[in-house]
Amino acid sequence: MNDKKVDNGVNVEALLGAREALRDAPEGAKFAWRATCKWISGTHSRSTVNGFFGLGTEQKHRTEFTFEADHPEIFASEDNGATPVELVLAGLASCLTAGIASVAQNRDIQLRAVTATLEGGMDIQGILGIDKDVRTGFDGIKVTYEIDADASKDDIKALVAQSQKRSAVFDIVTNPTNVTVEVV
Amino acid sequence: MTVRTSAVVLGAGHAGLAMSRCLTERSIDHVVLERGEVANSWKTERWDSLRLLTPNWQSRLPGCAYECDDPDGFMTMLEVIGFMEHYAQVISAPVETHTTVTSVRRNDDGYRIETTRGSWQCRAVVLAAGACNIPNVPRVTEALPLFVETLTPMRYRNPTQLPEGGVLLVGASSTGLQLAHEIHSSGRPVTLAVGEHVRMPRVYRGKDILWWMDAAGLLDVTWDEVDDIRRARNVPSPQLIGSVERATLDLNGLSKMGVKLVGRFAGVNGRKAQFSGSLPNVCALADLKMNRLLKTVDEWALEHDLDDAVGPVERFELTRLPASPPLSIDLGSGEIRTVIWATGFHPDYSWLDVPVLDRKGRIRHEAGVVDSPGMYLMGLNFLRRRKSSFIHGAGDDARDLSDHLLGYLDATG
Repeated sequence: MNDKKVDNGVNVEALLGAREALRDAPEGAKFAWRATCKWISGTHSRSTVNGFFGLGTEQKHRTEFTFEADHPEIFASEDNGATPVELVLAGLASCLTAGIASVAQNRDIQLRAVTATLEGGMDIQGILGIDKDVRTGFDGIKVTYEIDADASKDDIKALVAQSQKRSAVFDIVTNPTNVTVEVV
Repeated sequence: MTVRTSAVVLGAGHAGLAMSRCLTERSIDHVVLERGEVANSWKTERWDSLRLLTPNWQSRLPGCAYECDDPDGFMTMLEVIGFMEHYAQVISAPVETHTTVTSVRRNDDGYRIETTRGSWQCRAVVLAAGACNIPNVPRVTEALPLFVETLTPMRYRNPTQLPEGGVLLVGASSTGLQLAHEIHSSGRPVTLAVGEHVRMPRVYRGKDILWWMDAAGLLDVTWDEVDDIRRARNVPSPQLIGSVERATLDLNGLSKMGVKLVGRFAGVNGRKAQFSGSLPNVCALADLKMNRLLKTVDEWALEHDLDDAVGPVERFELTRLPASPPLSIDLGSGEIRTVIWATGFHPDYSWLDVPVLDRKGRIRHEAGVVDSPGMYLMGLNFLRRRKSSFIHGAGDDARDLSDHLLGYLDATG
Protein backbone atom coordinates (compact mmCIF):
# COMPACT_ATOMS: atom_id res chain seq x y z
CA MET A 1 0.00 0.00 0.00
CA ASN A 2 1.35 3.46 -0.77
CA ASP A 3 1.66 6.27 1.76
CA LYS A 4 -0.10 8.88 -0.34
CA LYS A 5 -3.70 9.37 0.54
CA VAL A 6 -5.94 7.72 -2.03
CA ASP A 7 -8.38 10.18 -3.56
CA ASN A 8 -10.84 9.16 -6.24
CA GLY A 9 -13.15 12.02 -5.36
CA VAL A 10 -15.51 9.74 -3.46
CA ASN A 11 -16.62 10.57 0.07
CA VAL A 12 -16.59 7.03 1.39
CA GLU A 13 -17.02 8.11 5.01
CA ALA A 14 -20.33 9.76 4.10
CA LEU A 15 -21.48 6.64 2.22
CA LEU A 16 -20.54 4.31 5.07
CA GLY A 17 -22.19 6.69 7.54
CA ALA A 18 -25.37 6.67 5.48
CA ARG A 19 -25.31 2.88 5.38
CA GLU A 20 -25.01 2.69 9.15
CA ALA A 21 -27.77 5.29 9.70
CA LEU A 22 -30.18 3.70 7.22
CA ARG A 23 -29.68 0.25 8.69
CA ASP A 24 -31.49 1.50 11.77
CA ALA A 25 -33.97 3.66 9.86
CA PRO A 26 -34.91 1.57 6.81
CA GLU A 27 -37.83 3.86 5.91
CA GLY A 28 -35.36 6.56 4.90
CA ALA A 29 -33.80 4.15 2.42
CA LYS A 30 -36.92 4.08 0.28
CA PHE A 31 -36.24 6.19 -2.82
CA ALA A 32 -38.29 6.90 -5.94
CA TRP A 33 -36.51 8.01 -9.13
CA ARG A 34 -38.47 9.89 -11.77
CA ALA A 35 -38.23 11.08 -15.32
CA THR A 36 -40.67 12.85 -17.62
CA CYS A 37 -40.56 12.59 -21.37
CA LYS A 38 -42.17 14.82 -23.99
CA TRP A 39 -42.64 13.91 -27.61
CA ILE A 40 -41.15 16.51 -29.97
CA SER A 41 -41.73 15.12 -33.46
CA GLY A 42 -41.28 11.85 -35.28
CA THR A 43 -39.07 9.58 -33.11
CA HIS A 44 -37.50 12.59 -31.37
CA SER A 45 -38.32 13.08 -27.69
CA ARG A 46 -36.83 14.94 -24.75
CA SER A 47 -36.64 13.50 -21.24
CA THR A 48 -36.19 15.61 -18.14
CA VAL A 49 -35.08 14.64 -14.66
CA ASN A 50 -35.23 16.92 -11.68
CA GLY A 51 -37.08 15.85 -8.56
CA PHE A 52 -36.85 12.53 -6.77
CA PHE A 53 -37.92 11.17 -3.39
CA GLY A 54 -35.53 9.93 -0.72
CA LEU A 55 -34.55 10.12 2.96
CA GLY A 56 -38.22 10.55 3.74
CA THR A 57 -38.77 13.71 1.71
CA GLU A 58 -38.85 15.30 -1.76
CA GLN A 59 -35.38 16.04 -3.14
CA LYS A 60 -34.13 18.05 -6.11
CA HIS A 61 -31.13 17.79 -8.42
CA ARG A 62 -28.80 20.81 -8.33
CA THR A 63 -30.20 21.66 -11.74
CA GLU A 64 -32.60 20.12 -14.25
CA PHE A 65 -31.04 17.68 -16.75
CA THR A 66 -32.43 16.85 -20.18
CA PHE A 67 -31.71 14.01 -22.60
CA GLU A 68 -32.49 14.05 -26.29
CA ALA A 69 -33.42 10.75 -27.87
CA ASP A 70 -34.11 9.89 -31.46
CA HIS A 71 -33.40 7.23 -34.07
CA PRO A 72 -30.57 7.44 -36.64
CA GLU A 73 -30.99 8.46 -40.24
CA ILE A 74 -30.77 4.90 -41.56
CA PHE A 75 -34.10 4.39 -39.74
CA ALA A 76 -35.47 7.31 -41.76
CA SER A 77 -35.27 9.52 -38.67
CA GLU A 78 -33.51 12.83 -38.01
CA ASP A 79 -30.94 11.63 -35.47
CA ASN A 80 -31.52 14.43 -32.97
CA GLY A 81 -30.12 12.39 -30.10
CA ALA A 82 -28.93 9.03 -28.86
CA THR A 83 -31.17 6.04 -29.48
CA PRO A 84 -32.97 4.94 -26.32
CA VAL A 85 -30.99 1.68 -26.23
CA GLU A 86 -27.76 3.68 -26.26
CA LEU A 87 -29.06 5.61 -23.26
CA VAL A 88 -29.50 2.24 -21.53
CA LEU A 89 -25.86 1.40 -22.30
CA ALA A 90 -24.81 4.81 -20.99
CA GLY A 91 -26.81 4.23 -17.81
CA LEU A 92 -25.20 0.84 -17.25
CA ALA A 93 -21.69 2.19 -17.92
CA SER A 94 -22.13 5.19 -15.60
CA CYS A 95 -23.56 3.04 -12.83
CA LEU A 96 -20.73 0.47 -12.99
CA THR A 97 -18.08 3.20 -13.25
CA ALA A 98 -19.44 5.09 -10.24
CA GLY A 99 -19.35 1.80 -8.35
CA ILE A 100 -15.75 1.16 -9.37
CA ALA A 101 -14.68 4.58 -8.05
CA SER A 102 -16.50 4.04 -4.74
CA VAL A 103 -15.21 0.51 -4.18
CA ALA A 104 -11.68 1.59 -5.16
CA GLN A 105 -11.81 4.43 -2.62
CA ASN A 106 -13.06 2.05 0.06
CA ARG A 107 -10.26 -0.42 -0.77
CA ASP A 108 -7.56 2.29 -0.87
CA ILE A 109 -6.92 1.89 -4.58
CA GLN A 110 -5.95 5.05 -6.49
CA LEU A 111 -7.54 5.21 -9.95
CA ARG A 112 -5.81 7.13 -12.73
CA ALA A 113 -8.00 6.32 -15.72
CA VAL A 114 -11.13 4.24 -16.21
CA THR A 115 -12.69 3.69 -19.63
CA ALA A 116 -15.63 1.44 -20.35
CA THR A 117 -16.61 0.38 -23.85
CA LEU A 118 -20.04 -1.16 -24.25
CA GLU A 119 -21.71 -3.06 -27.00
CA GLY A 120 -25.24 -4.41 -26.99
CA GLY A 121 -26.08 -6.84 -29.77
CA MET A 122 -29.50 -6.69 -31.34
CA ASP A 123 -31.29 -8.40 -34.20
CA ILE A 124 -33.77 -5.79 -35.38
CA GLN A 125 -36.01 -8.47 -36.88
CA GLY A 126 -37.46 -8.43 -33.38
CA ILE A 127 -38.34 -4.70 -33.38
CA LEU A 128 -39.67 -4.92 -36.91
CA GLY A 129 -41.85 -7.93 -36.11
CA ILE A 130 -40.29 -10.03 -38.86
CA ASP A 131 -39.55 -13.06 -36.64
CA LYS A 132 -41.37 -13.62 -33.37
CA ASP A 133 -38.60 -15.94 -32.15
CA VAL A 134 -36.14 -13.05 -32.16
CA ARG A 135 -35.93 -11.07 -28.96
CA THR A 136 -36.80 -7.37 -29.24
CA GLY A 137 -34.16 -6.20 -26.80
CA PHE A 138 -30.44 -6.84 -26.59
CA ASP A 139 -29.34 -10.42 -27.12
CA GLY A 140 -26.44 -9.64 -24.80
CA ILE A 141 -24.32 -6.75 -23.54
CA LYS A 142 -20.54 -6.78 -23.53
CA VAL A 143 -18.74 -4.33 -21.26
CA THR A 144 -14.96 -3.92 -21.56
CA TYR A 145 -13.03 -1.93 -18.96
CA GLU A 146 -9.59 -0.46 -19.34
CA ILE A 147 -8.40 0.62 -15.92
CA ASP A 148 -5.14 2.27 -14.90
CA ALA A 149 -4.83 2.02 -11.11
CA ASP A 150 -2.38 1.30 -8.30
CA ALA A 151 -3.42 -2.32 -7.91
CA SER A 152 -2.79 -5.81 -9.24
CA LYS A 153 -4.75 -7.18 -12.18
CA ASP A 154 -6.75 -9.46 -9.87
CA ASP A 155 -7.51 -6.61 -7.46
CA ILE A 156 -8.77 -4.54 -10.39
CA LYS A 157 -10.92 -7.46 -11.57
CA ALA A 158 -12.28 -7.75 -8.03
CA LEU A 159 -13.18 -4.03 -8.08
CA VAL A 160 -15.15 -4.47 -11.28
CA ALA A 161 -16.86 -7.63 -9.97
CA GLN A 162 -17.84 -5.96 -6.69
CA SER A 163 -19.18 -2.96 -8.61
CA GLN A 164 -21.49 -5.24 -10.63
CA LYS A 165 -22.74 -6.81 -7.43
CA ARG A 166 -23.83 -3.43 -6.06
CA SER A 167 -24.96 -1.76 -9.30
CA ALA A 168 -28.63 -0.80 -9.62
CA VAL A 169 -28.58 -0.66 -13.41
CA PHE A 170 -26.72 -3.98 -13.64
CA ASP A 171 -29.50 -5.47 -11.53
CA ILE A 172 -32.18 -3.81 -13.64
CA VAL A 173 -30.80 -5.18 -16.90
CA THR A 174 -29.92 -8.66 -15.63
CA ASN A 175 -33.12 -9.36 -13.68
CA PRO A 176 -36.81 -9.13 -14.58
CA THR A 177 -38.66 -6.02 -13.39
CA ASN A 178 -42.41 -5.53 -13.32
CA VAL A 179 -43.33 -2.59 -15.51
CA THR A 180 -46.83 -1.10 -15.50
CA VAL A 181 -47.75 1.48 -18.10
CA GLU A 182 -51.00 3.42 -17.67
CA VAL A 183 -52.76 6.00 -19.72
CA VAL A 184 -54.47 8.80 -17.76
CA MET B 1 -44.61 -29.23 38.25
CA THR B 2 -41.78 -26.75 37.75
CA VAL B 3 -38.15 -27.85 38.01
CA ARG B 4 -35.66 -25.20 39.13
CA THR B 5 -32.12 -25.22 37.79
CA SER B 6 -29.41 -22.62 37.21
CA ALA B 7 -29.21 -23.00 33.46
CA VAL B 8 -31.14 -24.61 30.64
CA VAL B 9 -29.59 -25.49 27.29
CA LEU B 10 -32.02 -25.81 24.39
CA GLY B 11 -30.92 -28.45 21.89
CA ALA B 12 -28.74 -31.58 22.21
CA GLY B 13 -26.70 -31.26 19.04
CA HIS B 14 -22.96 -30.64 19.04
CA ALA B 15 -23.33 -27.03 20.26
CA GLY B 16 -25.70 -27.84 23.12
CA LEU B 17 -23.60 -30.82 24.24
CA ALA B 18 -20.36 -28.79 24.14
CA MET B 19 -22.06 -26.16 26.29
CA SER B 20 -23.35 -28.83 28.68
CA ARG B 21 -19.83 -30.16 29.14
CA CYS B 22 -18.49 -26.64 29.87
CA LEU B 23 -21.30 -25.94 32.36
CA THR B 24 -20.53 -29.23 34.15
CA GLU B 25 -16.84 -28.27 34.32
CA ARG B 26 -17.87 -25.02 35.96
CA SER B 27 -20.19 -26.86 38.39
CA ILE B 28 -23.26 -25.11 37.04
CA ASP B 29 -26.36 -27.30 37.50
CA HIS B 30 -28.29 -27.44 34.27
CA VAL B 31 -30.45 -29.50 31.97
CA VAL B 32 -30.39 -29.94 28.18
CA LEU B 33 -33.85 -29.97 26.59
CA GLU B 34 -34.17 -31.81 23.28
CA ARG B 35 -37.31 -32.06 21.12
CA GLY B 36 -36.22 -35.49 19.82
CA GLU B 37 -33.08 -37.43 20.63
CA VAL B 38 -29.41 -36.51 20.80
CA ALA B 39 -28.26 -35.42 17.31
CA ASN B 40 -31.89 -35.17 16.24
CA SER B 41 -31.42 -33.09 13.07
CA TRP B 42 -28.61 -35.41 11.94
CA LYS B 43 -30.97 -38.35 12.44
CA THR B 44 -34.08 -36.96 10.83
CA GLU B 45 -33.26 -34.05 8.50
CA ARG B 46 -30.33 -35.19 6.33
CA TRP B 47 -30.14 -37.03 3.02
CA ASP B 48 -28.81 -40.61 2.85
CA SER B 49 -25.46 -40.06 1.13
CA LEU B 50 -24.42 -36.98 3.12
CA ARG B 51 -21.04 -36.94 4.85
CA LEU B 52 -19.66 -34.15 7.01
CA LEU B 53 -17.81 -31.56 4.96
CA THR B 54 -15.20 -31.28 7.73
CA PRO B 55 -12.50 -33.99 7.99
CA ASN B 56 -12.56 -36.43 10.93
CA TRP B 57 -9.70 -34.76 12.78
CA GLN B 58 -11.95 -31.71 13.09
CA SER B 59 -14.67 -33.78 14.79
CA ARG B 60 -13.66 -32.78 18.26
CA LEU B 61 -15.62 -31.37 21.14
CA PRO B 62 -14.46 -30.24 24.60
CA GLY B 63 -12.81 -33.25 26.23
CA CYS B 64 -13.22 -35.55 23.25
CA ALA B 65 -11.00 -35.75 20.15
CA TYR B 66 -11.41 -38.06 17.16
CA GLU B 67 -9.63 -41.31 18.01
CA CYS B 68 -10.02 -43.52 14.95
CA ASP B 69 -7.54 -44.35 12.21
CA ASP B 70 -8.81 -42.13 9.38
CA PRO B 71 -8.20 -38.50 10.37
CA ASP B 72 -8.59 -37.25 6.76
CA GLY B 73 -11.87 -39.08 6.09
CA PHE B 74 -15.39 -37.70 6.34
CA MET B 75 -18.05 -39.14 8.66
CA THR B 76 -21.27 -40.58 7.30
CA MET B 77 -24.46 -39.48 9.06
CA LEU B 78 -24.54 -42.76 11.03
CA GLU B 79 -21.01 -42.06 12.21
CA VAL B 80 -21.90 -38.49 13.19
CA ILE B 81 -24.87 -39.76 15.18
CA GLY B 82 -22.67 -42.39 16.86
CA PHE B 83 -20.05 -39.75 17.64
CA MET B 84 -22.61 -37.43 19.28
CA GLU B 85 -24.33 -40.20 21.22
CA HIS B 86 -20.95 -41.36 22.48
CA TYR B 87 -20.06 -37.80 23.46
CA ALA B 88 -23.34 -37.28 25.32
CA GLN B 89 -22.58 -40.44 27.32
CA VAL B 90 -18.94 -39.62 28.02
CA ILE B 91 -19.79 -36.20 29.40
CA SER B 92 -22.92 -37.51 31.19
CA ALA B 93 -24.99 -34.75 29.64
CA PRO B 94 -28.25 -34.24 31.56
CA VAL B 95 -30.42 -34.47 28.43
CA GLU B 96 -34.22 -34.56 28.62
CA THR B 97 -35.21 -36.12 25.30
CA HIS B 98 -38.58 -35.85 23.54
CA THR B 99 -39.14 -32.55 25.30
CA THR B 100 -40.30 -29.88 22.90
CA VAL B 101 -40.04 -26.29 24.12
CA THR B 102 -43.26 -24.39 23.54
CA SER B 103 -42.34 -21.10 25.18
CA VAL B 104 -39.47 -19.20 26.81
CA ARG B 105 -40.48 -16.18 28.89
CA ARG B 106 -38.53 -13.77 31.03
CA ASN B 107 -39.69 -13.28 34.64
CA ASP B 108 -38.31 -11.89 37.91
CA ASP B 109 -36.28 -15.05 38.57
CA GLY B 110 -34.83 -15.34 35.08
CA TYR B 111 -36.54 -17.48 32.49
CA ARG B 112 -39.52 -19.79 32.56
CA ILE B 113 -39.49 -22.53 29.97
CA GLU B 114 -42.65 -24.41 29.06
CA THR B 115 -42.34 -27.74 27.30
CA THR B 116 -44.48 -30.70 26.29
CA ARG B 117 -43.07 -32.44 29.40
CA GLY B 118 -43.36 -29.85 32.14
CA SER B 119 -41.84 -26.50 33.06
CA TRP B 120 -38.37 -25.34 34.01
CA GLN B 121 -37.36 -22.18 35.84
CA CYS B 122 -33.77 -21.05 35.33
CA ARG B 123 -31.56 -17.99 35.63
CA ALA B 124 -29.67 -18.52 32.40
CA VAL B 125 -30.69 -20.04 29.10
CA VAL B 126 -28.55 -21.11 26.13
CA LEU B 127 -30.18 -21.28 22.70
CA ALA B 128 -28.41 -24.12 20.87
CA ALA B 129 -31.17 -25.43 18.64
CA GLY B 130 -29.19 -24.69 15.49
CA ALA B 131 -29.35 -22.31 12.56
CA CYS B 132 -30.93 -24.71 10.09
CA ASN B 133 -34.43 -25.39 11.45
CA ILE B 134 -36.50 -24.07 8.55
CA PRO B 135 -35.56 -24.21 4.85
CA ASN B 136 -35.59 -20.87 3.05
CA VAL B 137 -38.20 -21.14 0.34
CA PRO B 138 -38.82 -18.02 -1.74
CA ARG B 139 -42.42 -16.91 -2.01
CA VAL B 140 -42.25 -17.39 -5.77
CA THR B 141 -42.69 -21.12 -5.17
CA GLU B 142 -46.44 -20.43 -5.12
CA ALA B 143 -46.26 -19.20 -8.71
CA LEU B 144 -44.89 -22.51 -10.01
CA PRO B 145 -47.30 -24.67 -12.07
CA LEU B 146 -49.03 -27.36 -10.00
CA PHE B 147 -47.53 -30.22 -12.02
CA VAL B 148 -44.05 -29.21 -10.87
CA GLU B 149 -43.17 -30.82 -7.55
CA THR B 150 -41.18 -28.84 -5.03
CA LEU B 151 -38.87 -30.14 -2.33
CA THR B 152 -36.37 -28.85 0.21
CA PRO B 153 -33.10 -30.55 1.21
CA MET B 154 -34.66 -31.27 4.61
CA ARG B 155 -37.12 -33.73 3.09
CA TYR B 156 -34.80 -34.99 0.36
CA ARG B 157 -33.33 -38.47 1.01
CA ASN B 158 -32.25 -39.85 -2.39
CA PRO B 159 -33.13 -39.47 -6.08
CA THR B 160 -35.64 -42.37 -6.10
CA GLN B 161 -38.21 -40.20 -4.31
CA LEU B 162 -38.25 -37.80 -7.28
CA PRO B 163 -40.36 -38.30 -10.41
CA GLU B 164 -38.44 -39.19 -13.56
CA GLY B 165 -37.55 -36.12 -15.59
CA GLY B 166 -35.69 -32.86 -15.23
CA VAL B 167 -34.84 -31.18 -11.94
CA LEU B 168 -34.24 -27.48 -11.36
CA LEU B 169 -31.94 -27.14 -8.37
CA VAL B 170 -31.90 -23.64 -6.97
CA GLY B 171 -28.76 -22.79 -5.01
CA ALA B 172 -25.10 -23.64 -5.61
CA SER B 173 -23.60 -23.89 -2.16
CA SER B 174 -22.51 -27.19 -0.63
CA THR B 175 -26.01 -28.70 -0.55
CA GLY B 176 -27.00 -27.63 -4.07
CA LEU B 177 -23.83 -29.02 -5.61
CA GLN B 178 -24.08 -32.37 -3.87
CA LEU B 179 -27.72 -32.83 -4.79
CA ALA B 180 -27.05 -31.73 -8.38
CA HIS B 181 -24.31 -34.36 -8.66
CA GLU B 182 -26.36 -37.18 -7.14
CA ILE B 183 -29.61 -36.41 -8.93
CA HIS B 184 -28.02 -35.86 -12.34
CA SER B 185 -26.17 -39.17 -11.92
CA SER B 186 -29.53 -40.87 -11.36
CA GLY B 187 -30.60 -40.02 -14.91
CA ARG B 188 -32.67 -36.94 -14.02
CA PRO B 189 -31.15 -34.04 -15.99
CA VAL B 190 -30.31 -31.19 -13.62
CA THR B 191 -30.38 -27.46 -14.28
CA LEU B 192 -28.54 -25.61 -11.50
CA ALA B 193 -29.44 -21.99 -10.71
CA VAL B 194 -26.28 -20.33 -9.42
CA GLY B 195 -26.20 -17.22 -7.25
CA GLU B 196 -23.32 -15.99 -5.11
CA HIS B 197 -21.22 -18.86 -3.87
CA VAL B 198 -17.90 -19.65 -2.20
CA ARG B 199 -15.58 -21.85 -4.29
CA MET B 200 -12.80 -23.91 -2.68
CA PRO B 201 -10.79 -26.96 -3.71
CA ARG B 202 -11.18 -29.91 -1.31
CA VAL B 203 -7.44 -30.62 -1.36
CA TYR B 204 -4.79 -27.97 -2.02
CA ARG B 205 -1.08 -28.75 -2.37
CA GLY B 206 -1.78 -32.19 -0.91
CA LYS B 207 -3.58 -30.97 2.21
CA ASP B 208 -7.27 -30.50 2.99
CA ILE B 209 -8.21 -26.84 2.46
CA LEU B 210 -9.62 -26.80 6.00
CA TRP B 211 -6.22 -27.98 7.26
CA TRP B 212 -4.68 -24.91 5.63
CA MET B 213 -7.36 -22.58 6.98
CA ASP B 214 -6.97 -24.05 10.46
CA ALA B 215 -3.15 -23.96 10.39
CA ALA B 216 -3.05 -20.39 9.07
CA GLY B 217 -5.46 -19.28 11.79
CA LEU B 218 -8.24 -18.29 9.37
CA LEU B 219 -10.84 -20.40 11.18
CA ASP B 220 -9.96 -18.74 14.50
CA VAL B 221 -10.52 -15.19 13.26
CA THR B 222 -12.94 -13.59 15.72
CA TRP B 223 -16.01 -11.44 15.16
CA ASP B 224 -14.22 -8.25 16.26
CA GLU B 225 -11.32 -8.83 13.84
CA VAL B 226 -13.31 -8.63 10.59
CA ASP B 227 -14.33 -5.41 8.82
CA ASP B 228 -18.01 -6.16 8.55
CA ILE B 229 -19.32 -8.94 10.78
CA ARG B 230 -22.82 -8.72 9.29
CA ARG B 231 -21.43 -9.53 5.88
CA ALA B 232 -19.16 -12.28 7.28
CA ARG B 233 -22.16 -13.95 8.92
CA ASN B 234 -24.03 -14.02 5.61
CA VAL B 235 -21.28 -15.72 3.59
CA PRO B 236 -22.74 -18.91 2.08
CA SER B 237 -21.30 -22.28 3.08
CA PRO B 238 -18.26 -23.20 0.95
CA GLN B 239 -18.69 -25.58 -1.98
CA LEU B 240 -17.03 -28.46 -0.12
CA ILE B 241 -18.16 -32.07 0.03
CA GLY B 242 -17.03 -34.99 2.13
CA SER B 243 -16.30 -38.14 0.14
CA VAL B 244 -14.12 -41.23 0.37
CA GLU B 245 -12.09 -39.93 -2.59
CA ARG B 246 -11.59 -36.48 -0.98
CA ALA B 247 -12.91 -35.15 -4.27
CA THR B 248 -13.47 -31.53 -5.23
CA LEU B 249 -16.94 -30.85 -6.57
CA ASP B 250 -17.26 -27.55 -8.42
CA LEU B 251 -19.32 -26.01 -11.20
CA ASN B 252 -16.79 -27.10 -13.86
CA GLY B 253 -17.12 -30.71 -12.70
CA LEU B 254 -20.89 -30.51 -12.87
CA SER B 255 -20.80 -28.90 -16.33
CA LYS B 256 -18.61 -31.74 -17.55
CA MET B 257 -21.22 -34.24 -16.32
CA GLY B 258 -23.87 -32.41 -18.32
CA VAL B 259 -25.49 -30.32 -15.57
CA LYS B 260 -26.81 -27.10 -17.14
CA LEU B 261 -25.80 -23.88 -15.36
CA VAL B 262 -28.15 -20.89 -15.26
CA GLY B 263 -28.14 -17.63 -13.28
CA ARG B 264 -29.77 -16.96 -9.93
CA PHE B 265 -33.47 -17.85 -9.91
CA ALA B 266 -35.11 -14.50 -10.61
CA GLY B 267 -38.81 -15.25 -10.79
CA VAL B 268 -41.71 -16.88 -12.58
CA ASN B 269 -43.47 -15.09 -15.42
CA GLY B 270 -46.50 -17.06 -16.57
CA ARG B 271 -45.05 -20.52 -17.12
CA LYS B 272 -41.51 -19.28 -17.60
CA ALA B 273 -38.91 -19.61 -14.86
CA GLN B 274 -36.53 -16.68 -15.23
CA PHE B 275 -32.87 -16.51 -14.34
CA SER B 276 -30.56 -13.59 -13.74
CA GLY B 277 -27.99 -12.51 -16.31
CA SER B 278 -25.45 -12.12 -13.51
CA LEU B 279 -24.02 -15.67 -13.77
CA PRO B 280 -20.64 -14.58 -15.23
CA ASN B 281 -20.17 -12.08 -12.41
CA VAL B 282 -21.08 -14.39 -9.52
CA CYS B 283 -18.62 -16.93 -10.96
CA ALA B 284 -15.92 -14.26 -11.41
CA LEU B 285 -16.43 -13.15 -7.79
CA ALA B 286 -16.06 -16.75 -6.58
CA ASP B 287 -12.97 -17.44 -8.72
CA LEU B 288 -11.26 -14.24 -7.56
CA LYS B 289 -12.13 -14.93 -3.94
CA MET B 290 -10.82 -18.50 -4.16
CA ASN B 291 -7.54 -17.25 -5.61
CA ARG B 292 -7.21 -14.70 -2.80
CA LEU B 293 -7.63 -17.54 -0.28
CA LEU B 294 -5.02 -19.69 -2.09
CA LYS B 295 -2.63 -16.72 -2.19
CA THR B 296 -3.04 -16.25 1.56
CA VAL B 297 -2.32 -19.95 2.03
CA ASP B 298 0.77 -19.78 -0.23
CA GLU B 299 2.14 -16.77 1.63
CA TRP B 300 1.60 -18.52 4.95
CA ALA B 301 3.30 -21.70 3.69
CA LEU B 302 6.32 -19.70 2.50
CA GLU B 303 6.56 -17.84 5.80
CA HIS B 304 6.50 -21.12 7.72
CA ASP B 305 9.05 -22.89 5.48
CA LEU B 306 6.50 -25.46 4.39
CA ASP B 307 7.13 -25.23 0.67
CA ASP B 308 9.24 -28.40 0.58
CA ALA B 309 6.84 -30.37 2.78
CA VAL B 310 3.73 -29.81 0.69
CA GLY B 311 2.82 -30.03 -3.00
CA PRO B 312 3.54 -27.29 -5.54
CA VAL B 313 1.45 -24.13 -5.85
CA GLU B 314 -1.71 -24.81 -7.86
CA ARG B 315 -4.23 -22.60 -9.61
CA PHE B 316 -7.50 -24.05 -10.87
CA GLU B 317 -9.34 -23.53 -14.11
CA LEU B 318 -11.64 -20.53 -13.89
CA THR B 319 -15.35 -21.36 -13.97
CA ARG B 320 -16.30 -22.22 -17.53
CA LEU B 321 -19.66 -20.94 -18.76
CA PRO B 322 -21.56 -21.21 -22.01
CA ALA B 323 -21.42 -18.02 -24.12
CA SER B 324 -25.10 -17.29 -23.46
CA PRO B 325 -26.53 -19.19 -20.51
CA PRO B 326 -30.33 -19.50 -20.84
CA LEU B 327 -32.30 -16.72 -19.13
CA SER B 328 -35.53 -18.69 -18.88
CA ILE B 329 -37.00 -22.18 -19.00
CA ASP B 330 -40.53 -22.95 -20.14
CA LEU B 331 -41.99 -24.89 -17.21
CA GLY B 332 -44.94 -25.78 -19.42
CA SER B 333 -42.73 -27.88 -21.69
CA GLY B 334 -42.44 -30.63 -19.08
CA GLU B 335 -38.65 -30.33 -19.15
CA ILE B 336 -38.65 -29.61 -15.40
CA ARG B 337 -40.61 -31.99 -13.15
CA THR B 338 -39.15 -31.03 -9.80
CA VAL B 339 -37.82 -27.83 -8.26
CA ILE B 340 -35.55 -28.22 -5.23
CA TRP B 341 -34.91 -25.14 -3.09
CA ALA B 342 -31.34 -25.47 -1.84
CA THR B 343 -31.48 -21.85 -0.80
CA GLY B 344 -30.35 -22.13 2.79
CA PHE B 345 -32.08 -22.32 6.13
CA HIS B 346 -33.04 -20.09 9.02
CA PRO B 347 -33.58 -20.74 12.71
CA ASP B 348 -37.02 -21.26 14.26
CA TYR B 349 -37.67 -18.86 17.15
CA SER B 350 -41.46 -19.25 17.20
CA TRP B 351 -41.28 -20.44 20.83
CA LEU B 352 -39.18 -17.50 21.98
CA ASP B 353 -41.37 -15.01 23.84
CA VAL B 354 -38.55 -12.66 24.80
CA PRO B 355 -38.27 -9.45 22.73
CA VAL B 356 -34.77 -10.03 21.33
CA LEU B 357 -35.48 -10.28 17.60
CA ASP B 358 -34.53 -7.54 15.16
CA ARG B 359 -36.78 -6.50 12.26
CA LYS B 360 -35.36 -9.33 10.12
CA GLY B 361 -36.24 -11.90 12.80
CA ARG B 362 -32.62 -12.42 13.87
CA ILE B 363 -31.57 -12.50 17.50
CA ARG B 364 -29.86 -9.33 18.74
CA HIS B 365 -26.59 -10.46 20.27
CA GLU B 366 -22.94 -9.55 20.64
CA ALA B 367 -20.90 -12.66 19.77
CA GLY B 368 -23.44 -14.98 21.38
CA VAL B 369 -24.29 -12.82 24.40
CA VAL B 370 -27.94 -12.06 23.70
CA ASP B 371 -29.53 -8.69 24.35
CA SER B 372 -31.41 -10.11 27.36
CA PRO B 373 -29.54 -10.75 30.64
CA GLY B 374 -28.54 -14.39 31.11
CA MET B 375 -29.43 -15.47 27.58
CA TYR B 376 -26.84 -16.94 25.22
CA LEU B 377 -26.75 -18.15 21.63
CA MET B 378 -24.66 -20.95 20.05
CA GLY B 379 -23.97 -22.54 16.68
CA LEU B 380 -24.64 -19.68 14.26
CA ASN B 381 -22.42 -18.79 11.32
CA PHE B 382 -19.44 -16.68 12.58
CA LEU B 383 -21.09 -16.24 15.98
CA ARG B 384 -17.74 -15.60 17.69
CA ARG B 385 -15.25 -17.07 15.20
CA ARG B 386 -15.17 -18.12 11.58
CA LYS B 387 -15.41 -21.75 12.78
CA SER B 388 -18.45 -21.14 15.04
CA SER B 389 -20.87 -23.16 12.92
CA PHE B 390 -18.43 -26.06 12.52
CA ILE B 391 -18.53 -28.97 14.98
CA HIS B 392 -15.04 -28.19 16.27
CA GLY B 393 -15.96 -24.52 16.53
CA ALA B 394 -18.47 -25.20 19.31
CA GLY B 395 -15.75 -25.89 21.90
CA ASP B 396 -14.12 -22.47 22.05
CA ASP B 397 -17.49 -20.69 21.87
CA ALA B 398 -18.90 -22.87 24.67
CA ARG B 399 -15.85 -22.14 26.85
CA ASP B 400 -16.13 -18.38 26.30
CA LEU B 401 -19.89 -18.20 26.73
CA SER B 402 -19.99 -20.52 29.76
CA ASP B 403 -17.38 -18.25 31.41
CA HIS B 404 -19.63 -15.29 30.72
CA LEU B 405 -22.63 -17.25 32.00
CA LEU B 406 -20.80 -18.19 35.20
CA GLY B 407 -19.88 -14.53 35.71
CA TYR B 408 -23.52 -13.57 35.23
CA LEU B 409 -24.74 -16.16 37.78
CA ASP B 410 -22.10 -15.02 40.31
CA ALA B 411 -22.88 -11.34 39.82
CA THR B 412 -26.63 -11.74 40.14
CA GLY B 413 -26.64 -14.61 42.64
